[in-house]
Amino acid sequence: MSLFLRDYLTVVWFGLAAVLLAGLLLGVSAAIRPSRPSYDKQIAYESGVDPVGMGWSQSQIRYYVFALLFVIFDVEAVFIFPWAANIERYGVFGLVVMLAFIVLLLDGLVYAWKRGLLRWV
Amino acid sequence: MNVVALLAADPLLDGELRWTPLLIVVLKVLVIFVLGLVGTMFMVWFERKVVAGMQNRIGPNKAGPFGILQTLADGTKLFFKEIMNPARSDPWVFRLAPFLAFVPAFLVWSVIPLGGDFTEGRDGTVTWFGQVTRVQLADPPVGILLVLAMSSIAVYGIMLAGWASGSKYPLLGSVRASAQMISYEAALGLSLAAVLLSAGTLSTAGIVAGQNSLSNWNLVATGFVPFFVFLVAVTAELNRPPFDLVEAEQELVGGFHTEYSGIPFALFYLAEFMNTITMSAIVVTLFLGGPQPITIGETTLSIGFIPGALEGTLWFVLKLLAFLYAFVWFRATLPRLRYDQLMDLGWKFMIPISLGWFLLLAAIRTGDANQWNPVVVVVSSLVLLGLGYLLFVAALRVSARNREREGAMF
Repeated sequence: MSLFLRDYLTVVWFGLAAVLLAGLLLGVSAAIRPSRPSYDKQIAYESGVDPVGMGWSQSQIRYYVFALLFVIFDVEAVFIFPWAANIERYGVFGLVVMLAFIVLLLDGLVYAWKRGLLRWV
Repeated sequence: MNVVALLAADPLLDGELRWTPLLIVVLKVLVIFVLGLVGTMFMVWFERKVVAGMQNRIGPNKAGPFGILQTLADGTKLFFKEIMNPARSDPWVFRLAPFLAFVPAFLVWSVIPLGGDFTEGRDGTVTWFGQVTRVQLADPPVGILLVLAMSSIAVYGIMLAGWASGSKYPLLGSVRASAQMISYEAALGLSLAAVLLSAGTLSTAGIVAGQNSLSNWNLVATGFVPFFVFLVAVTAELNRPPFDLVEAEQELVGGFHTEYSGIPFALFYLAEFMNTITMSAIVVTLFLGGPQPITIGETTLSIGFIPGALEGTLWFVLKLLAFLYAFVWFRATLPRLRYDQLMDLGWKFMIPISLGWFLLLAAIRTGDANQWNPVVVVVSSLVLLGLGYLLFVAALRVSARNREREGAMF
């Protein structure tokens, strides 16, 4: 493994250590806490009222379109970052191309907006 | 890849064992663990105390001096609390979700520059045990992307926690959370692009190194707008007031962690406050020069009696505290937004404005490199943006008229 990737490996070790820490906290707690499950304790909490129906009941999800739009804008950001970090290298050509790219994507946002997808109801 | 293969791939362990770099890494990990946990405890106490002060209350004052050990007492109590797993929950995902919230919160620490020697124009490296290193755990070449990735994974923690509970309030809370967090992540990324424009690198150490005087701070260099967009987006990303619809008590009880109790709940709670600290640290790193001292022109505001490497840490902590206070202040002052207002703010205001500002900055930078007349560049860019805005308003007006004709209510 090259030294270029060395820092990522440190991050991986650190992540494993964090997993271990969380596991340790849970493990210590599991060893010393009481456990007396009963039916009443295991009902879903609905402000003291007995729950009606399933927890995974159907409900209307507002704004699900945002998940799609988010993918577009996140991909856009991924393309923008490398260009932004090296803007001098690509010069005017880069600026024009990126402008076209961003305008096309913004066009998508405006279309969604115009269709009324960005509103409640 | 199994653990042995990973161990073999580590160049520090390759061939002859070099103890010093290894020890430094272990030391840094330990320090960050202690700092992370103690800092989080401090943050919980700080928030309670400051909010209490703003509401004319006293706040925690029994455990330890000024009640500073209150969090420790609360945490210890949680160890002894019985855990109630709802019968309808998904057993595996329900147990996995606290990890998914806690581990990313910790991982962000690894790329934050926590200090360094910037006196007399030095580049922030320090020498420990004869080894030149930085006061940050790792400096990957795209460190800032790691932060974005971790904040994306944190969405999974909240989404899965709510879904796996098999209960209605958590489900609603988590759906809200994921819609809110992904919306503001778009604005977060786009305002970040403006910083990259002036920094020219994605490494956090590089971004800090570029901000060596007050006029080079990205806050000033990017013209304030990306900073404010970033700050608002971060507040929303953290689900902190005024964007805490995820756990709006009046509507959703506790939101996604309603069904969690004991230590699993504590992990969510820790992650939430740790994210507040790390995200403040990211704001400081990106816009306020991180551990750089304040330099105006040729004069550096230097704290003389503190050795160079520690001074960086001190500046970092001071800037960090300012933001932590600001976040608490938001909570005490601003009323919660309505859900559609929140979404409108994100998509209809922050994303267009950060994109427009980014294009303006990019045009100015390109103009600078080609020696164009800066006035012409700025004016023509503004005219272009204005034209785009007018077109946009016209399109919306047409759509509103059409909808009215079709008899829509809004």
